[in-house]
Amino acid sequence: MTTAPPKKLSLKERYTLMTRDLAWDTTYQPMSKVYPQVGYEGIKIHDWNRWEDPFRLTMDAYWKYQAEKERKLYAILDAFNQNNGHLTVTDARYINVLKLYLGSTPPLELMAARGFTNMGRQMVGAGPRVACLMQAVDEYRHFQTQIHSVSNYNKYYNGLDEFAHQQSRMWYLSDGKSFFDDAITAGPFEFMVAIGFAFEYVLTNILFVPFISGAAYNGDLAAMTVGFSAQSDEARHMTLGLECIKFLLEQDPDNLPIVQRWIDKWTWRGTRKLGAVGMMMDYMLPKRIMSFKEAWEIYFEQNGSALFNDLARYGIKVPACFSQTVVEKEHVSHQSWIGFYMKSRAMSFHTWVPGPEELDWLSEKYPNTFDRFYRPTLEHWDKMEKQGKRFVNNTQPMNCQCCLNTIKYNEPDDPMSTCFRESVYKGEKFHFCSDHCKAIFDHEPEKYVQAYISSHQALQGNCAPEGVDVTANDFDPARYMNDFWRLDPRATGDFNGSDDQKNFAAWRAQATTN
Amino acid sequence: MHIDLRTITITPLRQTFGHLARRMGADKPASRYFEATMDLQPVENFHYRPTWDPAYEIFDKTRTCITMQDWYALKDPRQYYYGPWTLARGRMQETAEADFDLVEEMGLAQAYAAEGRALVNEVFVPLRHAAWASNINNSFIGSYSYGIAMSQAATFASMDQLGVAQYLTRLGLAFDGTESLAAAKDAWLQHPRWQELRRYVEDVMVLKDWFEVFIAQNVALEGLLYPLFFERLNERLNATHGPVLSLLTRFQREWFTESSKWVDAVIKSAAADNPGNKAQLSTWLREWRDRAVTALDPVVARAFGNDGPAQLGEAVAQFNARFTKAGLAP
Repeated sequence: MTTAPPKKLSLKERYTLMTRDLAWDTTYQPMSKVYPQVGYEGIKIHDWNRWEDPFRLTMDAYWKYQAEKERKLYAILDAFNQNNGHLTVTDARYINVLKLYLGSTPPLELMAARGFTNMGRQMVGAGPRVACLMQAVDEYRHFQTQIHSVSNYNKYYNGLDEFAHQQSRMWYLSDGKSFFDDAITAGPFEFMVAIGFAFEYVLTNILFVPFISGAAYNGDLAAMTVGFSAQSDEARHMTLGLECIKFLLEQDPDNLPIVQRWIDKWTWRGTRKLGAVGMMMDYMLPKRIMSFKEAWEIYFEQNGSALFNDLARYGIKVPACFSQTVVEKEHVSHQSWIGFYMKSRAMSFHTWVPGPEELDWLSEKYPNTFDRFYRPTLEHWDKMEKQGKRFVNNTQPMNCQCCLNTIKYNEPDDPMSTCFRESVYKGEKFHFCSDHCKAIFDHEPEKYVQAYISSHQALQGNCAPEGVDVTANDFDPARYMNDFWRLDPRATGDFNGSDDQKNFAAWRAQATTN
Repeated sequence: MHIDLRTITITPLRQTFGHLARRMGADKPASRYFEATMDLQPVENFHYRPTWDPAYEIFDKTRTCITMQDWYALKDPRQYYYGPWTLARGRMQETAEADFDLVEEMGLAQAYAAEGRALVNEVFVPLRHAAWASNINNSFIGSYSYGIAMSQAATFASMDQLGVAQYLTRLGLAFDGTESLAAAKDAWLQHPRWQELRRYVEDVMVLKDWFEVFIAQNVALEGLLYPLFFERLNERLNATHGPVLSLLTRFQREWFTESSKWVDAVIKSAAADNPGNKAQLSTWLREWRDRAVTALDPVVARAFGNDGPAQLGEAVAQFNARFTKAGLAP
């Protein structure tokens, strides 16, 4: 006996059967116990079925596309490594971008993987569950392909080899760590707004430009291919972030003030995280793509405004920090570079004073600020270096209790004075770099007092090895820091005169002359 | 004949990252699995405690009562990081696609005998919901386990189980369209045959110890379910009705064989670490195995009729042998 073949289904019907039709409301255990995290942030969801699947990808299609991409990517990485691709980059200074990238980015991709796995566990609706889980495995992909693309550089250049150890100890990596630690310890919906929306949607282009376009502009085929290969994953992630915001806002009007507060908070936290990114664009890429200011104007001011206009129909307002970021775009990259330049003995990447043509480029790109506020400092340091007195600041910095950056940014209306803010909580004083960081702290002080601040830990003697009397009068906390960080002295200091500089020159000569 | 191709040789300063050299005991090239996995999860200086569970750190060893001297001893013998995992699944889906196409082209599902078709609809198709539960439970392990060796493998297993649920959905569609799926869901929610199994997976969804979830879901339940249905029942149906079902469940069988290598290796390493682990894992194993037998028994009865108890007995004996070999006391 033969029956008639089943009728063909539309893509949407088919996808529904493949995902949400698999789910059911549990009855042997209460739903509130199976999904314990979705309630406590105050977000109200009335109907998970109203979730619109932003991309209808079943696992078979996912594996098919991803396998094709992975095959190509690793073939290129292998070829790049086999043929000493590291010698094709524009200039050995470029490799310092990779050092900062390796310390700051793959560890955060891992946190994203873990966070989205938890979203994939905690979301009640099958639609968002599946989308979050796909993003979780994608984040594993990015975490791992990034490490693999930089791994070969580690064999030849200093400062890359201890990123795994340094991710939780190095002072300048603590801003990124605190960003993701903050998101992953928040509730599931805040995590989605923080990472899915503010990070992946609003700010992701500003990350892609320095890293991926930077790699492409500077001859780094390995990092470039990783980035291009991640692009279609990122497109999915952006769609998920936006869909999530819309879903939350459509479910209940009471969600609006909560979501607005998260958007304000995470846009600011993301902006602070991007100070170092601006410095990469303006100072560290030998072949520049555009200035940080230009990138900010295109990707944040223009695209961001369009996005927030689109969300205005839900009642969402432009983030409170928007106008301050517009003022700061002319300052942050310079202040970051100057801040790092001073600390060159406590970092696993090199810094330098830009060459004369590069200073001119900065003058041209930053006509309102560079010549007035920053060029004189850099030229002064250049003179000092040429006299054999390279400037170094050996003091412990003051850090912002919220974003963990060293406090170095100016008052929004006065470029000549540093912005300090403070709050008192349970009789103790806490310091901030800005009004926005202070506001974030003041809303949840019990969370932000926990921050691990490297300079405090050092001064308290927590970075010294066991057996050292940290209460002794002559206790010198700085003495133990290099061991605490596993910092290779060859990776520190100015680029000029570094092993990287000498080795790259010698190897390139070996590869290009007879 | 040997051809002497030359590239410019530059002597590297080091062979690998510091954390890998310390783990391997020497500065030598590390595999990509090692580079992608070992010692990368943050272990210290977390900034904040989870607001949703402040008793724990973000990554916390005490989320299970199992202890390990080295959490990266729970290595995956398949050496799956994202790349090889997705490449392996990409190959498997290609085969599955060809199998489903063939069955559709030849009208093989429509030609399948009524009694076989009834078994497919009543036994295999409802298992799509059990696979969905496994997807949820493995995402729990992926969220709370310690060390990337474990968390990535569990997250991949979670996606694998979503794939299994979707292939079972396609199986139902191939045989009887949406009616097959609707009937299977109804059975899963209401029919007495499925209630013990549904109770089992829902109970696993509220466990707090991720290693116990691993035992309940990946060891006990899947360790019995796959051999019983995707191997034994499949063989029986093939013997009577030809190998159509085999084509449409090939993914599950290959997956189980391959995934068992990972499950066995995890059990073996954890049990070998200390006697306390071995005792705890064995206790869980016995407890969840017995519950799994209860949960599967009504489905086995439908699948094998009078031969059910014998089939179940053999499956349990094989299961016990498997985990005795892995170092437990079933």
